[in-house]
Amino acid sequence: MSERLKVHDIAHARAGDKGDVSSISVWVYDPKDYPLLKRALTAERVAAAFPRLIRGGVTRYELDHLHGLNFVMRDALEGGVNASLNLDSHGKSFSYLILGLEIDPD
Amino acid sequence: MKRSVRIGCGAGFSADRLEPAVDLAQRGALDYLVFECLGERTMAFGHRDRMLDGSKGYNPHVGQRMRAVLPACRRNGTVIVTNMGAANPLAAAQLTVGIARELGLAGVKVACVEGDDVTRQIGPGTALQDCAGTVRDIALPVVGANAYLGVEALLPALRAGADVVIAGRVADPSLFLAPLAHRFGWALDDWQMLGCGTVAGHLLECGMQVTGGYFADPGFKDVPGLADCGYPIADVGFDGSLVVTKLPDTGGCVTTATVKEQLLYEVHDPAGYLTPDVTADFSRVTVEQVEADSVRVAGADGRRRPDNLKVTIGFDGGFLAEAGVSYAGPNAQARARLAGEVVWQRLSRNNALQGDLRIDMIGLNSLHGTARESATDCEDVRLRVALRARRREDIDTMLWEVESLLCCGPAGGGGYRGSVSPCVVTHSTLLPREQVRPTLRMFTA
Repeated sequence: MSERLKVHDIAHARAGDKGDVSSISVWVYDPKDYPLLKRALTAERVAAAFPRLIRGGVTRYELDHLHGLNFVMRDALEGGVNASLNLDSHGKSFSYLILGLEIDPD
Repeated sequence: MKRSVRIGCGAGFSADRLEPAVDLAQRGALDYLVFECLGERTMAFGHRDRMLDGSKGYNPHVGQRMRAVLPACRRNGTVIVTNMGAANPLAAAQLTVGIARELGLAGVKVACVEGDDVTRQIGPGTALQDCAGTVRDIALPVVGANAYLGVEALLPALRAGADVVIAGRVADPSLFLAPLAHRFGWALDDWQMLGCGTVAGHLLECGMQVTGGYFADPGFKDVPGLADCGYPIADVGFDGSLVVTKLPDTGGCVTTATVKEQLLYEVHDPAGYLTPDVTADFSRVTVEQVEADSVRVAGADGRRRPDNLKVTIGFDGGFLAEAGVSYAGPNAQARARLAGEVVWQRLSRNNALQGDLRIDMIGLNSLHGTARESATDCEDVRLRVALRARRREDIDTMLWEVESLLCCGPAGGGGYRGSVSPCVVTHSTLLPREQVRPTLRMFTA
């Protein structure tokens, strides 16, 4: 095995913003990978992965029948589009932060 | 009562493409063509434009869009619904009437929906909803405040037989829900049907985001013909179910994946999506590919609408300036980093500078730098300096400092560019819905 499995290998995602809240939905390509995604990508895992970015809580909503997870991250947009001087002040690219996380298939 | 209604979306944001909307108007066989062109910040920019010139403040592309689609919409009996009125719906409506006359489309009825502008109801003591404190605490001049209107504001215009409905701040999905409620005769407390219509609106309101835009990831999620992506169409049944599709011979794709990504776009709790019309429940929605580029969506629900309307307040935040210099080749990262340190030292020394400063390096950390550090051997790096400030002189100081790096900074720096744009800051509050009174004016070309 050369590289470890990334969320990006099994799922796709889209980021949206409202104020300083970032919401990212993550969907597996193949339904049989959904249990793995659900087990590996917990709200705690996401919060712990980016402590400097996500300063508020992370809530995970589950849409089991559509094989997707929705993460709502508070105080996660560096102040939001009003205050952030990030080139990407909406956090549009943050979906790829989650897709870049490594997951353990076991 | 109609069995189904066919709605297209010809814009999902203020600067969205024009020519695929003309294609929809000509070939779509649409009952309604919706242009959704407002965001919180575009609204605030509209207020700024109107302050500078009382005849402006509407979407800058309203003239081009109307001129391009009105003839086909007239010919095909397609009603146009839009929030392109922004901060000045009356001026946008009058402009549209003038264009219809120029095009020889006598008799076109243009409705102007207002009442969303609640600036006069906002004072220094108004409590904010999205953060602690009041309008006074923001310590910036208010440029305008708008309540999110719902379908109740649009229905009188549709009942009056408008060919074009021009509004300002109407909630995005309500632009689509209003024609559905009108044509199907849905009651305004039929929460389940309003939830279904809200899903239709939510899926369409961002235009190509459901037909392959904001989606492609080469090798993982490939989208055919992205350069010629088509705008979406929804065929909505009287039972509230719908099929999302697009015109044949357009680029893009409509798949369960594109629909699912858009279903939860900017949604927090899927079981409680708040609009002025309903608390929509997307949590049991089903998504099924029925044929190529056609996806059936059903099973939405809803509960009682909120008592209060959301209001966005726009503040004048001064200016945002960005400037950069690039470094490439051996040791580029170290040279760019040194350039950033020089700018930081010199601007920090200038105690008079007031504003928020950020320095990063494009190629290394400009997007995800706060979240994580990633090692890269990238040898093509751009120093980026961003400053938000109220005073123009502070902005100019920063731009000059970055440009001076060309001779005074590290070796081999090139490609200086600097830009300044106006900056608005938005916050939200709530108003009881009785305090917001939508109005209607009708004009005939």
